[in-house]
Amino acid sequence: MPHGGHLLSVLIFFPAVCSLALLMLRPEDHEWIRRLTFGISIIEFIFSLFLLRNLPVGPSGFRAEEFSRWISVPPINYHLGADGISIFLVILTTFLTLISVLASWKSISHRVKEFFVTLLMLEVGVIGVFFSLDLFLFFLFWEVMLIPMALLIGIWGHERRIYAAVKFVLYTMAGSILMLVGIIWLYNSTGTFDLPTIQQALQSGELTLAPRTEMILFLAFFVAFAIKVPLFPLHTWLPDAHVEAPTAGSVILAGVLLKLGTYGMLRFCLPLFPAAAHRAAPWVATLAIIGIIYGALVALVQPNLKKLVAYSSVSHLGFVVLGIFAFQNVSMQGAVFQMLAHGISTGGLFLLVGMLYDRRHTFEISEYGGLATPMPCLAAFFLFVALSSLGLPMLNGFVGEYLILLGTYQVHWNWAAWAATGVILSACYLLWSYQRVFFGEITRDKNRTLPDTSAREKWILVTMAVVTLWMGIGSAFFTRRFSDACQNVIDQMNRPNSAYEAVVPAKPTAPIEIPGAGRDKTSLERVGAR
Amino acid sequence: MFPVREDLLRVMPELIWCGFGVLVMLFQPFVRSRQFFTFLALLGSALGTISAVGISRYGGTAFGGLIQADSFSFFFHLLIGLVVFLVILAAGPYLDRERLALPEFYALVFFATAGMGILASAQELLTAFIGLELSSISSYVLAGYRRDSLKSSESSLKYFLLGSFATAFFLYGIALVYGATGSTNLSRMAEADPAQNLLRLGFSLILIGLGFKVAAAPFQIWTPDVYEGAPTPVTALFSAGPKAAAFALLLRIFISVPAATQYWFWAFWVLAVLTMFAGNLGALVQSNVKRMLAYSSIAHAGYILVAFAAVTFLAQEGRAAAAPAYAAILFYLLSYALVKLGAFTIVSQFGGEGEKHLSLDDYAGLGQRQPVAAAALGLFLLSLLGLPVTAGFFGKFYIFKAAVNSHLIWLAILMAINSVIGAYYYLRVIVVMYMRDPSAEVAATTPMRFPLSVNLVLAIAAIGTILFGVLPNPVLNFVLQPTLLGR
Repeated sequence: MPHGGHLLSVLIFFPAVCSLALLMLRPEDHEWIRRLTFGISIIEFIFSLFLLRNLPVGPSGFRAEEFSRWISVPPINYHLGADGISIFLVILTTFLTLISVLASWKSISHRVKEFFVTLLMLEVGVIGVFFSLDLFLFFLFWEVMLIPMALLIGIWGHERRIYAAVKFVLYTMAGSILMLVGIIWLYNSTGTFDLPTIQQALQSGELTLAPRTEMILFLAFFVAFAIKVPLFPLHTWLPDAHVEAPTAGSVILAGVLLKLGTYGMLRFCLPLFPAAAHRAAPWVATLAIIGIIYGALVALVQPNLKKLVAYSSVSHLGFVVLGIFAFQNVSMQGAVFQMLAHGISTGGLFLLVGMLYDRRHTFEISEYGGLATPMPCLAAFFLFVALSSLGLPMLNGFVGEYLILLGTYQVHWNWAAWAATGVILSACYLLWSYQRVFFGEITRDKNRTLPDTSAREKWILVTMAVVTLWMGIGSAFFTRRFSDACQNVIDQMNRPNSAYEAVVPAKPTAPIEIPGAGRDKTSLERVGAR
Repeated sequence: MFPVREDLLRVMPELIWCGFGVLVMLFQPFVRSRQFFTFLALLGSALGTISAVGISRYGGTAFGGLIQADSFSFFFHLLIGLVVFLVILAAGPYLDRERLALPEFYALVFFATAGMGILASAQELLTAFIGLELSSISSYVLAGYRRDSLKSSESSLKYFLLGSFATAFFLYGIALVYGATGSTNLSRMAEADPAQNLLRLGFSLILIGLGFKVAAAPFQIWTPDVYEGAPTPVTALFSAGPKAAAFALLLRIFISVPAATQYWFWAFWVLAVLTMFAGNLGALVQSNVKRMLAYSSIAHAGYILVAFAAVTFLAQEGRAAAAPAYAAILFYLLSYALVKLGAFTIVSQFGGEGEKHLSLDDYAGLGQRQPVAAAALGLFLLSLLGLPVTAGFFGKFYIFKAAVNSHLIWLAILMAINSVIGAYYYLRVIVVMYMRDPSAEVAATTPMRFPLSVNLVLAIAAIGTILFGVLPNPVLNFVLQPTLLGR
């Protein structure tokens, strides 16, 4: 391996190897199991920070590429690579795993060893998905990740956990098997599973997909990703999964797993099937906007605090999908930023809701009220995270939503206008629920004596708050690093003899032509170096 | 004409298996030790399997074209040998627990194995018929081996009646094919005009006969009852051995028949869809794990038939074009056999004396009580479901690929839908094992310790499942070699 060592492989398999060590511990040694997992996840997090260094670019234009043959027939390769988008998503994953370990310190008390092993295996699957450059490998990690998440929900969840776990698996599997058929179809027309090679063949015009085929393939991939996002109307698994999952499960689910869907759209749907993506864009954007407004409205009337946060995810992820399908560099950067910001702020909300649950064992808003008096510290953090989630300037939620709306407005002002109502609604449901939970009279006697945040919880929340603030103020640190990757996606959508242009005459406002037409060549050369 | 040395080497596994079967019966009146018979059986099955090397070394036809020794039959002899070895390994403790006689059991298993071996290498239809009868008749007896159990007797009788009926179809089919082509030899059949109606009718009758053996819908009715009633190690054998052998013969016949494939392609298409849905929808409503696995066998036969549809479709462009598709079948049968053996072995252990604990509720909380066995069963179920890092995933993947290759997109999509239905009932077992607490009655009993030989079977099956799920290359390269099927 000439470039960048094996950082990516280490990142993927380090938790897997370490969880074997974890299995050696006696199941009763709860404290040591927790400490060891904490150590593992801290080391993993530090490893992932190495991604920020200037890693060498491999032959396919990705950083720290790794390539080795795995299966001869059909040629399946172990091909990994990172770019600006996946780097941050992986760091988000390792960070949230670390936070989840801390958050599960006290709240998980039975089958502790299995819990932490499952959590680490989930991390393996997720990081693998982000780094895979081989379609087959991607699919493999995509499926591998499913079981740990289902176990997290099904074993350590709340009352209706089994229903939620099975629903989660069946939804995801239905989508992913269609994606498998799509991947095989793509293989049949290209003879390879290697994403950069397919990309190059498509871009150089060696391979052209008939419009109908392209649309079918696009849908095969898109439905799998849309279920994961989840895009309205495929979102019904999400509230169940979230409400029943333990806190750590919710944090990872909302923080990372949902992003796999949007990541997949950016990495596969758009670059591979640009014409189909353009044709589908109005429909997708409509669904995304329905999701934004519908999610916010349902969140508004939720009596269940955790479900409220879950529906807010539907709404926020709608923004991300909208940003992606506006095909603008700015909106795409916004989408990526929103993925990260949503991971932190919704993760934070789930942590806080989990902390409330640890104290009172209920998610019903009506059971709370006036909590600011017994626990001022938790109330302050809750407000901070809620504000970041609803997009207050200076905090992380604002940057993403702003960029998305800005980019979308340039091409479709009406999409942006509709989506902007979601911003207003998010302020409504978050502030209103905050008021009902933390202000007013204390209506339940139990609530009078609730303890405020413990030292461990403070550490978690302070970390989250610092990251939130940093992302809000120093957003350039992030966007600078993934703007190239976003541009690259747009470049890759630009085809010399695009079937899209043949079928649909290009409109003057067609976003495919606006930015970076001149950069097309460089990216081709980069890819062509293979 | 006395058979030459090479001819004998080409059927050496069958000779050894039959020989050991006779040997076991001869020793029965004189030796009391159970260990002795188990040892003899293990030795015989291992020797027979190893002697299959002769098949690969001395490729060619034997006995004037009755037997074909090629890599294809070598593969199936290894597969059947492995299955039988593992079944014998797992059956010992089971027979001890159920207080059943060992020697007859082993003898019957040996004769059944020899029959399967003949099926896998038969190049002539009457030889195939002998193999089919040999394996079937032994199977009928094995199914009823728990004489004092009503279910077992029912299983045996049902299998016998329906099985004889199917055999009659098969035999009648041979007769018609002979009438149409003047030969029962597959290599000579290749020259016959495939468009003759008589030949088509003959082949459809053969397809029905073999369709019964592989439990393809609508000939699958017997499967759940027979699988449920038979002693569990025998069920494991049924689901892996005879099925693989019947598929081998089916494959050999339909590869040898020249390009009249458009017609057969549709037959397989319909069979595959019916079988997948019959199996999966049936399994969906089962609360008995053994019966659920029986229905799942039907479903998996359906997946294999999807690959058959692809084979017959691709064979229109010559045998070489169909190679990846039948390689998919071979790989699938291997992965499937390992997994099913492992799963049924665990079921036979958890069943307890008299196989009483077979319902899904008896599996509640096993994840905590017996973590290793539950993890193994979980692995096997995930492989049946086709999740990555298991052999089942690659098996399913290659079949998908074969189907998409032949532009059978609808079939691939129907198979995808069936996989999702399958996911539901496989996951249900995992859910019950890991996410439900054991009932008070089950929790009161002490966790079971599995006998060493059973653990060995599980270890082999589990390691094989993961190994072929991570490194499928060696098997694949073998089944993809162009000279797999002898001329």
